Amino acid sequence: MGRVTPRGMLTAPLLAAALALGGAGILFAGPAAAQGGSGAEQGTPESFGFGRAATAEEIAAWDIDIMPDGTGLPEGEGTAASGAPIYARQCAVCHGQSGEGGVADRLVGYTPETTPPFGPRYEEWRGDGPDVPYSIGNYWPYATTLFDYIRRAMPSNAPGTLEADQVYGLVAWILAENGLIGADDAMNATTLPAVEMPARDIFVPQER
Amino acid sequence: MPRKVTRRDILAGAAGAIGAATLAPAGQRVHAQDTTKSPGGPASAIGARSPHEPLARGRVTGLSSRTPLQDLHGMITPSDLHFERHHGGVPEIDPDDYRLLIHGMVERPIVLTLAELKRFPATSRICFLECSGNYPTGAGPETKPELVCGMTSTTEWTGVSLATLFREIGASSDATWFLAEGQDAAVMTRSVPMEKAWDDAMIAYAQNGEALRPSQGYPARLLLPGWEGNSNVKWLRRIELADQPFMTREETSKYTDPLADGTARQFSFVFDARSIITSPAYPDVVEPGWIELRGVAWSGRGTIAKVDVSTDGGRTWQEARLQGPVLKQAHTRFRHLWRWDGSETEIMSRATDDSGYVQPTRAALRAVRGRRARRYHLNPITAWRIQPNGQVYYREEPPWDA
Ligand code: HEC
Repeated sequence: MGRVTPRGMLTAPLLAAALALGGAGILFAGPAAAQGGSGAEQGTPESFGFGRAATAEEIAAWDIDIMPDGTGLPEGEGTAASGAPIYARQCAVCHGQSGEGGVADRLVGYTPETTPPFGPRYEEWRGDGPDVPYSIGNYWPYATTLFDYIRRAMPSNAPGTLEADQVYGLVAWILAENGLIGADDAMNATTLPAVEMPARDIFVPQER
Repeated sequence: MPRKVTRRDILAGAAGAIGAATLAPAGQRVHAQDTTKSPGGPASAIGARSPHEPLARGRVTGLSSRTPLQDLHGMITPSDLHFERHHGGVPEIDPDDYRLLIHGMVERPIVLTLAELKRFPATSRICFLECSGNYPTGAGPETKPELVCGMTSTTEWTGVSLATLFREIGASSDATWFLAEGQDAAVMTRSVPMEKAWDDAMIAYAQNGEALRPSQGYPARLLLPGWEGNSNVKWLRRIELADQPFMTREETSKYTDPLADGTARQFSFVFDARSIITSPAYPDVVEPGWIELRGVAWSGRGTIAKVDVSTDGGRTWQEARLQGPVLKQAHTRFRHLWRWDGSETEIMSRATDDSGYVQPTRAALRAVRGRRARRYHLNPITAWRIQPNGQVYYREEPPWDA
């Protein structure tokens, strides 16, 4: 669920951008051109007119993604207490009674206080101790991702069947068990994006 | 390997009994079975493999299967041996029921059927597709190329360039990322920079000349040449344009690269150059004398510029011959003639692409990625150990986190 669309955009600057990126050599090359194409070869009309306009209802039905700022989060609410019985019934079989992992990933894990589970500070923290697995508590930068992922893909034997309140409850249970929110904190469209995840600042976009 | 025909075999008239007895005296049978004296079978509806060439994958799990690199020739992977990696199984999609929705920061949100998608100008290209996790951890000496890095394949893809569609619907110049979402049970989602759409991204509906196979995203998938497999979302049902990445699970907690310095690389889409000798390799047994080393090299950054081969454990290197066509972001075959003297040694290859990038050793990679590297985007030089008895083994690597 992205931001509101600015209307009335002209196609011309876009075409110019496409030209600049594609490089004239490819755009207007003859039949022996390089592999692939830029989609703006000579003679391409402004519009083909294929397909039909998407309705607001169609978009709403499929647009289930949640952005890090919370855009897309539905109404509803849940707490660790409301999520616990759902977890026990629908998730524990694969992820373990306490989220310790089983046939599927660990959801609740030991979180080093001051460091992600890798790097120089981690090695110092660990000493001769065992390694800490990568998990929600130490390697997920956004709590919103948890809502997005659970609602779209879990439980993996019946994905997409959970109501918003149930997902908020499950997210609250996982976050509380990881010590990232208080045991009684309610998760909703306002509180969830504000949860501070320990791994928030470790990611650096690759530069090429 | 057929026995050599000796002078004595011929003199003794035993030629008919051995495989390649082209020197047989007139009147004697050349082949064990003469196929020239009665008509063969009829034309076939679907051409089948020879029963003598049972190409198959070595290991298939519910979640993935690999390309048997050691058994293939040339640059094109047969469609049915393209590697697979699924997160929510392979959905069965009725093409009449298929819809693609494109919305977000666009002037005209659109719904397309498969037939409508195919009406747009078509484009084709040959490129490799590789799984981000194409690396063997804990592999022993008895490991085939397929299990070292068989999660890479090269085929021809045909479809609509994303730029064509984005022009059609009036993509906003403020849009910097788009989300691609699949119609599988994982409802797979990845954010992709808009630059890739204007460059060479496409929605593919055909592979090697025919409709996509269900395991490759039928009826339509995203194709991002040179970029990690996971972002080439299969069974594509929705594209949403936005001004920021969506931070899905797969692009945050998965498919990112923790580094030795304590930061983690995110959006490391482009595959660095890599190569592997596929013959000889485990489980081959070779004889002293001339051997043609054969292998495959590829780079997501561009075109393979050269492949060097070492037959003395990495001390000296010789440039291998590249087999044309050498295409951008595609498997490139290399060959190198070598005379083995029968002594124990290690053979390996090292790819360089046209950006100047040189395939690293495992030690160099480990120094940057650190002890806690995950199994993503690893491309170290692979070596094979040849014993004096001719048995070829995978050269084991020390445990990554040692
Ligand atoms: C049938 C087994 C199964 C059940 C039941 C199940 N899961 Fe999962 N879960 C999985 C598998 C398998 C994965 C990994 C999928 C992948 O990597 O593509 C996963 C991944 C996850 C993840 C991501 C973990 C990570 O570190 O990446 C979360 C969060 C999660 N599940 C939550 C839940 C919740 C909440 C429920 C209950 C509503 C649930 N799961 C029920 C099998 C299951």
